[in-house]
Order: sequence, then C-alpha cells, then structure tokens
Amino acid sequence: MDKQQVLEMLVELCEDEIVLENPDIDLFEEGLLDSFGTINLLVEIENRFNISVPITDFNREEWNTPNRIVAELAERQ
Amino acid sequence: MTPYGNIVFFIIIGILLLPTIILGLRGKSAKGYNIVISIVVLALIFGSSLNGSISLILFTVFQLLLIIGYQKYRSQKNNTSVFVIAVLLSILPLVLVKVLPMLGLQNLFGFLGVSYITFKSVQMILETRDGLIKDKISPVELAYFLLFFPTVSSGPIDRWRRFYKDMHTAPSGQDYQKLLLSGINYIFVGFLYKFILAYLIYNYTLIYLPSQTYNYLTPFQGQIAYMYMYSFYLFFDFAGYSAFAVGVSRIMGVQTPINFNRPFSSRNIKDFWNRWHMSLSFWFRDYVYMRFVLWMTKKKWIKNKYTVSYIGFFLLFFLMGIWHGLELHYVVYGLYHALLIISFDKFERWNKKRKLWPKNKWTHAIGVFITFNAVCFGFYIFSGTLF
Repeated sequence: MDKQQVLEMLVELCEDEIVLENPDIDLFEEGLLDSFGTINLLVEIENRFNISVPITDFNREEWNTPNRIVAELAERQ
Repeated sequence: MTPYGNIVFFIIIGILLLPTIILGLRGKSAKGYNIVISIVVLALIFGSSLNGSISLILFTVFQLLLIIGYQKYRSQKNNTSVFVIAVLLSILPLVLVKVLPMLGLQNLFGFLGVSYITFKSVQMILETRDGLIKDKISPVELAYFLLFFPTVSSGPIDRWRRFYKDMHTAPSGQDYQKLLLSGINYIFVGFLYKFILAYLIYNYTLIYLPSQTYNYLTPFQGQIAYMYMYSFYLFFDFAGYSAFAVGVSRIMGVQTPINFNRPFSSRNIKDFWNRWHMSLSFWFRDYVYMRFVLWMTKKKWIKNKYTVSYIGFFLLFFLMGIWHGLELHYVVYGLYHALLIISFDKFERWNKKRKLWPKNKWTHAIGVFITFNAVCFGFYIFSGTLF
C-alpha cells in the first residue's frame, strides 16, 4: 500500500479531486464523507489493502483527513 | 431525589466534591474517593423507592455478569449466535420496562436511567465482539462506568474506552484547574438554560398554549406558537440538564462528551443530528446504522447501496422513536426524521451532479431556516399534541 493508492481510492469514494490537492482537508466537515461514505471506505480498504478496520475503531476525529487515513492504515499494515 | 432537580442536590454534591477538587488541584487522582461518593449519590437518587433500588442493583449485576461473561467467552471463541444472544439479553430488561406497563404491570420493574445504562452495556458487548476491549475489566470500574452518577439518569452516553482513559489519568494540577473551571462554567450554563430560560418559557408561554390564549391567538396561531415554544423549551431543558452532567463529570476528571452544539443553527438535517442529543445520535449512528449498512453490504443481499443506506436510516430512526416510548407519536416522530434524512440525501446526491444549489452564505441561511422549521415540526409531533 502506498500513499498514492489510498488517495486514488479516496478520490473515487468522495467523487472529488480536491483530496489530491489538499490532503489535509477535513473530509467530514466538508461533506465529502459521511457515515455511509465511511462504510464504503472500510469495505474498500478491506478489498484493496486487505486491512480490516472494525467500525467501532473508526473514530472520526482520528480519520478525518486523507493524510491521517494514510497514517492510520500504514500503522495497521 | 431527582438529579439536578433542586438546589439541595447541588449543595450536597458540592460538599461531596470538595475532596475531589482538592485532590485534583494537587495533581492527584481522586478515583477511589469518587467511586465512594458515587455510591452515596446513587443512594440519594434511588433510595426513595425500595422497588427502584432493588431493580437497579439486580439490573446492574445482570449487566456486569453479561459483559464480563461475554468478554471471557470472546477471548476464546467468536460465534455470531452467542454475540446475538448477548446483545438481546442486554436489551431484554429495557424491552421489559417498555412493554410490561402495556400489560398493566408498571410497578414491577423499572427505574430512572435504565435506557441510558443499557446503551453503555450494549456498546461494550459490540466493542468486545469487534476485539477492541481485550484487557481484563475490573467489575468495580465497570460498575462505576455504567452507574457514573453525573450521567446516570439521562446521559450523555459515554464510551468505555474513552471513560477508561480519563479514569486512569490524573491530570496535573494546572490541567485539572482548567478542567474544574470549564466544569463550573458548564454548570452555570446549565442554571441559565434549565432554571431560567426553560423555566420562563414553560411558565409564561407553554402552560397557556396551545388553547388557553385568552383569545389573543386563533387556534391555528396557538398551535404554531406551541410548536416553537415547545421546541425551545425542550432544548433549554435538556441542554441545561446535559450541561450539569458534563460540568459535574469534569470536576470529577471525566470529560463526558457534550450533547448539544448549537442545534438550531444546523444547515441541514444531517448537520442537525450531529448537533442535537449528540451522544444518542452518535450511538445510533455507530452501533445501528453503520453496523447494519456494513453487514448488508458484505452480505450483498440488496444490490443498490443507496437502498441499503435508506433501510438503515429507517431502522435507526424507528428504533430511536420507539426508544422514547411505544406511543404512536414517538413512532411517527422517528419515521418523520427518517423521511427528512432520506429526502435530503437524495437532494444532496442530485445536487452533486447538477450543482444547482451552490455553497454560499445565502443558501446557508435558507438551509438554516428550512432545517429549523422542519425540526420544530418534528418536535411538535414528538410533543404528542398533534395526535
């Protein structure tokens, strides 16, 4: 898993290129992700990187920007 | 004694908390002492009814055995049916409390706060299932969490892993001082909201509404006035209570999550549920909606993922509705909000493609106006005056 792959996944899920331009954007504040988007994110993470993140472990404060998501995933690999 | 119901309650907990504050300012943990005073305050709250006290004790022991027992089981095996049985058992007392009165057995079982303790208990079983609670749990600490007196009667609903961290860290004297000041600040916000604003709204408007308006208002205007006044009353009363609970928690070194974040300034209905009774709506979001949608997505029984999401919203709001009570107006209240969220979600996706509703201060203001009125109408249903 590299950073680029995670960002590409986020572009697909958020349907917005802004994730690439500003990887520190708050995805929930900006309405790019919501609870439903989060589910799709968790499913995609499992499919693409084979990392299983329990929903209860997904904390919006810790997973709110593309950079933070990359960091969280790197930690779990 | 009702928690935060009168000045005597505040004086008692004020005195009981003095050693907590002194220990805190010296940078020491007051956990042991706080557990002791919790028992005292719980006895004050529940002691007046023998039936209530016995129910509470039996209920708590039942939940403790269930959580610790399930955790023991989970450390060896992970069978789905055992998990489902554990969850059903933990909500069984709450279901009985709601259903027994309908069978004419209201005094058999039931006490203040039963649903809020159930939320915490179910949450622990779900997180244990997810493998997030692995360390051995002390029954005393677990009981302290479930029965944490500042929040025992009506929340906010805290989470174990967060609570656990607070319980096991003693902030430095300086940090505690900040916590103490913000706690006191919350308590004064509570006084303003509950004992001044909610009190005034109730005694000067609500008791005359909707019909005893001495002919100042037409019946229709009376209903409209009732709708808005009831909404404000509900907010100030509950946000006031929640501020007390958050404030007292902080003095005890526990940063109980806030319940309200300016809900009437929400720009849309999703935003509203991130600001109104937050600890409850986040509980339903995380433990009902998201789990349901993820489960359905993995099973692939329904192709369209939006359909799954909408069924999830219906489930969430239906449960939230009947949690308030099994009366028709609560059910309709829940379904009404499900409908609002789904409609907004459809609009949001439609707008993402066409971009006809831009993001600027004008659309923001219109959004706040529409949301405010839609929400007030929801509370009007909730009040039970409509039917």
